[in-house]
Amino acid sequence: MRPKMPLQDAQVRKTNFNEVALGYSEEDAKSEASRCLQCKKPLCVGGCPVSVNIPGFIGQIAKGDYTKALETLRETNSLPAVCGRVCPQETQCEALCILGKKEKPIAIGRLERFAADHGAIVTKDAQTEEKDTPITPPTNKKVAVVGSGPAGLTAAAQLAKDGHKVTLFEAFHEAGGVLVYGIPEFRLPKQIVKEEVEYIRSLGVDIQLNAVIGRAETVDELLGPLGYDAVFLATGAGLPTFLGIEGENLIGVYSANEFLTRINLMKAYKFPEYDTPVKHGGKVIVVGGGNVAMDAARCALRLGSKVTIVYRRSEEELPARREEVENAMEEGIVFNLLTNPVRILEKDGWVAGMECIKMELGEPDESGRRRPVAKEGSEFTIDADTVIIAIGTSPNPLIPATTPDLEVSKWGTIIASDDGATSKKYVYAGGDVVTGAATVISAMGAGRIAASAISEIIGKNSAHST
Amino acid sequence: MNHQNRHQTICTPQKTIMPYQGATRRRKVKIQTPVNTLPMFEIIEREVLAENIYRQRIKAPRIAKYANPGQFVIVRINEKGERIPLTIADFDKEKQTVDIVFMAIGKTTKQLATLGVGDFISDIVGPLGKPSDIEDLEKIVFIGGGIGVAPVYPQARAYKDAGVHVISIIGARSANILIWEDKMNAVSDELYITTDDGTKGHHGFVTQVLEKLLTEDPAIQRVVAIGPAIMMKMVAQVAAKFGVTTIVSLNSIMVDGTGMCGGCRVSVGGKTQFACVDGPEFDASQVNFDELMTRQRTYLGEEKESLDEYHNKQNKQPCDNEECPLK
Repeated sequence: MRPKMPLQDAQVRKTNFNEVALGYSEEDAKSEASRCLQCKKPLCVGGCPVSVNIPGFIGQIAKGDYTKALETLRETNSLPAVCGRVCPQETQCEALCILGKKEKPIAIGRLERFAADHGAIVTKDAQTEEKDTPITPPTNKKVAVVGSGPAGLTAAAQLAKDGHKVTLFEAFHEAGGVLVYGIPEFRLPKQIVKEEVEYIRSLGVDIQLNAVIGRAETVDELLGPLGYDAVFLATGAGLPTFLGIEGENLIGVYSANEFLTRINLMKAYKFPEYDTPVKHGGKVIVVGGGNVAMDAARCALRLGSKVTIVYRRSEEELPARREEVENAMEEGIVFNLLTNPVRILEKDGWVAGMECIKMELGEPDESGRRRPVAKEGSEFTIDADTVIIAIGTSPNPLIPATTPDLEVSKWGTIIASDDGATSKKYVYAGGDVVTGAATVISAMGAGRIAASAISEIIGKNSAHST
Repeated sequence: MNHQNRHQTICTPQKTIMPYQGATRRRKVKIQTPVNTLPMFEIIEREVLAENIYRQRIKAPRIAKYANPGQFVIVRINEKGERIPLTIADFDKEKQTVDIVFMAIGKTTKQLATLGVGDFISDIVGPLGKPSDIEDLEKIVFIGGGIGVAPVYPQARAYKDAGVHVISIIGARSANILIWEDKMNAVSDELYITTDDGTKGHHGFVTQVLEKLLTEDPAIQRVVAIGPAIMMKMVAQVAAKFGVTTIVSLNSIMVDGTGMCGGCRVSVGGKTQFACVDGPEFDASQVNFDELMTRQRTYLGEEKESLDEYHNKQNKQPCDNEECPLK
């Protein structure tokens, strides 16, 4: 039997920002790990964008060797504590688990989290005795990684392990990208991100905060006078999309980015102990149905607001992880499905409510999902003082705008081949800046692949020069 | 003992940087002490420009290297601080410094004002925003209202260096809060002063002087105005009567300053623009100032709450310095 994930009680957790999922106990983890069939040809590994040796680390958990299990994870995944918490395993590794055909698949994600959380305790003594021996000798090559989110952190770790001198540039005052500004504390405690970042720093990566590439250094400068042999662009998809409806610039309308950044990065939920404020305590409408919408809604709820989600398709099409939708519903968030915003109503410059229209599902569109069509005459009003727009983000244009020979698609994403190579020599890109907003793990996969490609191309160079 | 030193020791009870304390959870990771790799920015000069108005010179090599007139920085004082945008008042590429000028009105600016030479702030990021276009014009008018004089200065200097005839109008509510008369004088061919209460220069508003100048001098091709939103709006209306373009620099609320939060959005020519990346400078005739002013009010209540809380804390450890900005 696959053990249930112990959760903080819904009535309690909706009033705090502590982690919702509490993690497997040792007993749960061992029993679940021993359920793994240890397939000779494990299908699960093929579902993982960074090809974690899944049967390997699970077998080590079953034997009680959590240290080894964490080491196995770290071979291909530099952020296991993060992935164990936020990966959509149900559509990746776990979807392919052979056990899933008859009963429930192995809880790979939960076991990954367990190994990441428990592995290091045992390793502590061993680690302090062991000297940090570089995995490969230094190559004397310099690589700049721009953006310290999942793609950037992964690439930086890999490049450092390959022996290059890596500088990681981050625009914010803290490293982690979406892991620190986007994903809330109750899904991913920031202390964990901090520890993962420190691990990457310990590999010798020089992390430069408060560095806005494109405004300060340009990509051409990095490759030219500043002497970097290659650049990896992992700047994510940080530009918020708005609806373009009436009333969107009223006070009380936030992009999900702004709302979440205030809360997660700036800790506005601890205002006035922390200086950054955020509006809370009233009636909040969140527009959108993805993970970001769920995060924003659940943050607003924890700040004491009554929260309604407005999404234009039906429950089945909600792009958010099923688990997060269930958590949100359990916490008491109201879902207004098949509903589309028409305009935001005003009182004295402030949000006073939102006029919406009912939708019904028509023929499937390009994405294969049934296209929502407005039902004429079905307009109605929802009371609100805050509206959060969570309908997606696109890449920030700052770097493309200052890098003339870097090709960009009409959606603003950087055009890159499968290994991350862009139209500009020695410039690679990966993660959301290439794919548009996607998952943490797919960005990490892109970071890993690009790092290998970069090591190969700059490695070749040194062969030429000697 | 000079005022500044006294000030520092008295008014700065806690260090601004919290070193990384290591893992607090049960998991223990070997941490390479990152304390000295944390970015910290030293204040190397501090000056009281007028009542409640301060200038600080901060060592910030990256910003100084890339700064241009018209750009801004975002400052975060300490671990719990908010990120506040401030225009760059001056920069020195050789000495690797940038100057910020601010009025101590909210918690963050009051707290910043207590920091003196040798103190550190956690973060300063920049340069942000688009630089001003320094165009080849015959005559240009610069208008600085209140602390808006400070960001006007590097632009006026750039125009002066480019050989353009620079006319400056600097205004304040009263003479005792008028700043940088001498600095502006040095980069202006003509300098006019206005005060609302008539304690110095023209008794009245910058717009009145501007109207007179525009009436008498058709060679004026451009007006640049930086100051309170209402002043910028009025200046633009006056200039528009004469068919002269006004460029304004918008001081919207923002978090990241790189286009990520959208908090600084403002309607320009009917389209939503982000002041942080599309600006901060815009053609005033296209700016919806009423919307800007409304949005600037967003956190008035929270700002007061934050300041009250700060004052309450400070009152528990009173400061006997006469110049203390908290008094």
